[in-house]
Order: sequence, then structure tokens, then C-alpha cells
Amino acid sequence: MLHEPARDSGPDPASSYKTRLGLWMFLIYCLFYAGFVLVNVATEGRAMQAIVLMGMNLAVVYGMGLIVAALLMALVYNHLCTKRESELKDQGKEVRS
Amino acid sequence: MNLHGTPLSIAVFTLFVIAVLYLSYFFARKARSAAGYYAAGGQIHWAVNGISFAGDYLSAASFLGICGMIATLGYDGFLYSIGYLAGWVVALFVVAEPMKRLGKFTFTDAVDAKYDHRGIKLAAAISTLVVSICYLIPQMNGAGSLVEPLLGLPHWVGVILVGSIVIAIVATAGMASTTYVQFLKGALLLVFSAIMVTLVLFRGLSTEPAGLKDDAGRGLLFVPQQTTEAELTAGGQRLVHTAGSFLKFAGPGGATWWRRDAQGSLWQTQWVSGSEINGVLGGLLRPVGRLTALGGLQPAEAARGTGSLTPVSYLAQLTDAETRIEQWHSTKVADETGNRVTVHYPVHVSGTDQMKPGVKFKVDTFWNKLNFVSLMLALFLGTAALPHILIRYYTVPSPACARKSTIVAIAAIGFFYVLTLFMGLGAATNGTVNPADNNMSAPLLAMSFGKLLFALISAIAFATVLGTVAGLIVAASGAVAHDLMDRFGRMNLTEQRKVRAGKIAAFAVGIVAIILGILFRGVNVSFLVGWAFAVAASANLPAIVMLLFWKRTTAVGVVASITVGIVSALAIILTGPEMFSGPYGRTAAEAWHQLGQPGIVSIPLSFLALVIGSLATGGKAAADAKRVA
Repeated sequence: MLHEPARDSGPDPASSYKTRLGLWMFLIYCLFYAGFVLVNVATEGRAMQAIVLMGMNLAVVYGMGLIVAALLMALVYNHLCTKRESELKDQGKEVRS
Repeated sequence: MNLHGTPLSIAVFTLFVIAVLYLSYFFARKARSAAGYYAAGGQIHWAVNGISFAGDYLSAASFLGICGMIATLGYDGFLYSIGYLAGWVVALFVVAEPMKRLGKFTFTDAVDAKYDHRGIKLAAAISTLVVSICYLIPQMNGAGSLVEPLLGLPHWVGVILVGSIVIAIVATAGMASTTYVQFLKGALLLVFSAIMVTLVLFRGLSTEPAGLKDDAGRGLLFVPQQTTEAELTAGGQRLVHTAGSFLKFAGPGGATWWRRDAQGSLWQTQWVSGSEINGVLGGLLRPVGRLTALGGLQPAEAARGTGSLTPVSYLAQLTDAETRIEQWHSTKVADETGNRVTVHYPVHVSGTDQMKPGVKFKVDTFWNKLNFVSLMLALFLGTAALPHILIRYYTVPSPACARKSTIVAIAAIGFFYVLTLFMGLGAATNGTVNPADNNMSAPLLAMSFGKLLFALISAIAFATVLGTVAGLIVAASGAVAHDLMDRFGRMNLTEQRKVRAGKIAAFAVGIVAIILGILFRGVNVSFLVGWAFAVAASANLPAIVMLLFWKRTTAVGVVASITVGIVSALAIILTGPEMFSGPYGRTAAEAWHQLGQPGIVSIPLSFLALVIGSLATGGKAAADAKRVA
């Protein structure tokens, strides 16, 4: 098992970027999630029974969509964070050299 | 239902317990320092931690409770899956990296990192204990329920067995062994759930499911008779009592209970009165759950079945307006002598109604709408505030690893929650629902594919409880030994004494969990977990979010937020309709209010308390900020 050693992670120059990005992505997902709740409440569940995709109704498609969207957004978030961390790490190396 | 342990299930169970105890023994040497005991030395690889997150999070409520709820109520159970998974988005985008940066061993460490305030230590430790105990009770209960069919042992023996094994896991190697038990359990749960769903899809849908069979190979599925009052009377039956839409008849074959539907037809029920089941002393309830029509297929075709289906065609077939599913609900009525009778009765719903929300979580009145929004809010915000989940962020080496492990967790947990829909619907249509205890739906579905899969799934379900309970006990023992004794009580324990205190606390919390598990037998698994989420979201999340994003947050504000969150959430629960209609033995109408889910009131109140507390003590903000620096 590739266990990394325990260590103090030290200062993280990408921290503020990741916090801002996380907050924005959280808000986007929040709206998507709130939409699911509001559509159900506002239409008293009627809209949820509409067939929208390959014989499946809105309840199933939206519910599955929320699960898939969580994973996709998580991957995008990780990609952007990792990219920023690498950039700042490289910049740090240049400054030191 | 009378399930008994088979040599196979006992062998699988024993093998699993031996493996778990060996892991604990193996990792015991890593738990000699406080960091080793409480945080596995911060050396766990992010991928392992991600699956361990899944093992920690996918509790009995997720596996047994959600599958059972989908099996009996349809799509409403899947709402929990959606909410539980969505909560991980909050954990990833808002909490993961800051938690790793701020904390050391416990949730309290993180919220107190900027302040070093005794009030925060006390409030956060109490919050950890309250949430962990709310969460522990249903897990221990689930363990007892599982051990009954798996090993043929009484419920209380199951609870003691789980408690003892978990105490052994936690007290020997703390977070290190807990992590690998959770990893093992998470991985097994995903693999075998996927196998079971594949088998469900391969089997397809039919109005005459294979269902469960007795030792002689006879089908056990209960198919209720449909008749009329006139036909029953003509057959020599005599109406002796009516309770709403439920009718009791007496005749040569004994007593029977029937339910009148909206069209006036009578449907046979299964019923329990004292030790009498379906009119037989010590009798048995039979498994239920079937399709009565399949959209687009003639009855003969529907009886032969669809053959194997893809995931999309399986869901589409069940959503068809002409598909009809026999759900089984339960109620209590009084018979002619005033005795309480539990009646399990069939309700026939269309595919349209089965596959949309509204059976349990109705949104037709103001209070119902409020309860629905409140539940979804608590599920969304609760995950990132559960102390036993948050402490997993300390087991990885860096904030980046905390982030990556959360993404692995989202992938694993999301995949599992998609599977719950198929497992629940599979149980609902394959005659594998125990009408008296829907928590056993997933293991019984496995049994319809053979005893080997049943033994494996039951052992994994048992492992599900072990993994989650171990995480909860680590969190609770950390709150007692690290937060309360060492930091709040200023005992300044040495490394060795910290570990010993943690082990003693784990033992004590384990004993409390055993006692509560026995006392609270029969309490609904999913419901208590839902409340644990509401309390966590109310007490912990506002403090975490505000200390990260609002610079004027003060220590007093954090204490006020945690205190108001716990008190308001518990007060709303204890005075609400669910407690009156359940534990208090009265009616929901007698409750002080009709809000069953507290989150929509208690979460904003907690935020408000933090803002007021912080603004009122603004003068101290500068001093607090200095501490940060």
C-alpha cells in the first residue's frame, strides 16, 4: 500500500483559489439541488411523474442527475485545484532558482 | 418470517469476524502514540481513505434502511440516497481541506483551532457525543436484527456481539484498525451490491416472481385473496368487527382481517395480535412484494417475465403507467375486545406513483411541504457535520489527499446509492419483503438468488454495522478522552496516557452503545439517522462554515451556535409529531407542532446565534484574531 508519510502540510499558496472555487461550485450544485426540491414542492409532485428520457420520469432522471453531477463536478474541481497547485509549485521553484 | 442461521452463513460470519480481529491485532502496534490511535498516524493513502469513507458512511441506514424503504414505499426511499450523496458535495467543496488544515484528532480541534476556548471544547465535545449516540442506537439495533436470521441468535445477543467486537477493534488499534475494517467493508459492500443488482437485471421482471422457497422448495410468497363481503358471508364467514377500512371476519377456519379498498373490494391481510400471527399461535408472516401487471405485456407474457433488462429498460418498465405494484403497508387497529392488532395490508399502486415521491413524503399541505424541505436540507448539510466522518480527514497526510479521498468517496458512495434503487425495487418485485421488518429486504433479495449470496450479503450487512459503529466509537471516545479530559479538563495527559484514556473511553462508549441498542429495540433505523443528520447540521455546520468564511466570528459566537443548534433541534424533535405518535404512545395531532424534521428552523437559528454572539462580543474579535496569528 502506497502510504505517504505523516507530515505537517505547511502553507498552501493555492488555498484562497481553492476556497473561492469550492464556494462557487458549491453554490452551483446548491441551485441544482434546490431545483429538485422546489420542483417537487411547487408542483406537489406532479412534475416528477413526467416521462423525460427513455421511458424514465423526471424524478428518476433528476435524482440520478444529482448523483452523477456530484461526481463530475468533483472531478472538475480536483482537476482545477491540482492544476493550480502545480502552477504555484512551479512558480515557487522558479523564484527559488 | 422465520429465518434461521445456516452452517454457511455462520461460517461466512465467523470468517469475517476472524479477519477483522486479525486486522486489529496487526495494527495494534501503530496505536502506541496519540496520533497513531486517533488518526492512524495521518498515514493512510487517499484512495484507501476514500473507500474507508464509504465504509464509514454507508451504515445500516443506507444499506438496510434505504433498500427497505424503497421496497415498501418506492421512490421516497431513494430521496434519502440523493440527500445523503449530495451532502458529500458540501464536504468536498467547503469542508475537506480546511478540516485537514485546522484539525488534529477530533471535530472539536478544528472548530477550536482559532480560539483555544474552553467553552468551544465543551460544546463541540457534547455535540459530538449527542450526534454519535443518535447514530449509534439504530446501528446497534440493526446489528441485533441481522444476527437473528444470520446466526439464529436473539436480538440482545446480536447487540452484545457487535458491541464486543467493535470494542476489541477500537480498543486495540483505534483509527488504524477502524480504517481497514471500513475499507474492507466498503469494498465488499460495493462489489456484492453490484453483483446482486446484476442478477436482478438479469432476472428481469415478472408477475410471478421466483421469490423465496422453504426447505421443501415450496414458494413462500403471500398472494392476498381479493373478494367481497357478500362472497365471504356466503362462504360461512361472519363479520365480527370493523375498524375504519379494516374488517375482521370469523369462520370455521378461524379469524381473518381484510382491508376494503376504494372500489369496495376486500383484500386479505396478514396480522399480528400478541403472539398470534394470522390466527395461529406462534405462526409466521409470509414474504410479500410483487407486480400484478406489467405495462405493455399481456397477463400471460407478464407471468413469463421480461427476461433480462438493461438498467434503463428496468426503470422504464417499472415507471410505465400500466405497471402495477403491490406495496405492503402496516397499521395498528383495535379489535372487538380492544386488543391492538398490527395489520399488514396490500396497496396497489401504478408504476407512475411507485416511481415518484409522495407515498411517505407527501407535499400536499403546508406542514408536509415544510417537512420535506427540512429533511432534504438536513441531509444536504448534515454529512459535512458528522463528527465520525470529519475525523477521517485527519488520517491522510495532506489537504490535497483529503480532497482526493473525498472524490473517491463520492464515486463509491454515489455508485452504491444508484444500486440501492435497483436493490429496493428488486425486493419489491421479487417477493422478498418481510412485511413486519422491511430492513431485511436486501438480505432477503439475496436469499432469492441462493443461500450463498444470502450468507455473504448478511455478513457484509453485519460488517456494515461494524465499520460504522467503530467509526462512531472512535469519534465519541476522542470527544471524551481528547476533548473533555485532556483539553477541557486540562489534564495534560502524556502520549501514553492519552492512548490509554482513549481506549478506556472506547470501552465505556461501547458499553453504553450496547445498553442503548438493547433498550431501543425496534426503533426505526432510517428515522433516527435522519435526526442525527439534523442535529449535526444544526449544531456543527454553521460553526464550521462561519469560522471559515466570516472573519468576525468569535469564540462566543461558535459556542452559541453549537448550543442553540443542539438544543433547538432536539427540542423540535422531542415536541414533534413523530415522538407523540411513536415513543410517547399518543397521536400526532397532540404534538406541540407538526414539524417532524427540525433542520429548516434549527439550522437558521444556529447561524443566527453565531452572528448575534459574535457581534455582541465583537470587542474580543481582535484578541481572537491574534490567537489565530
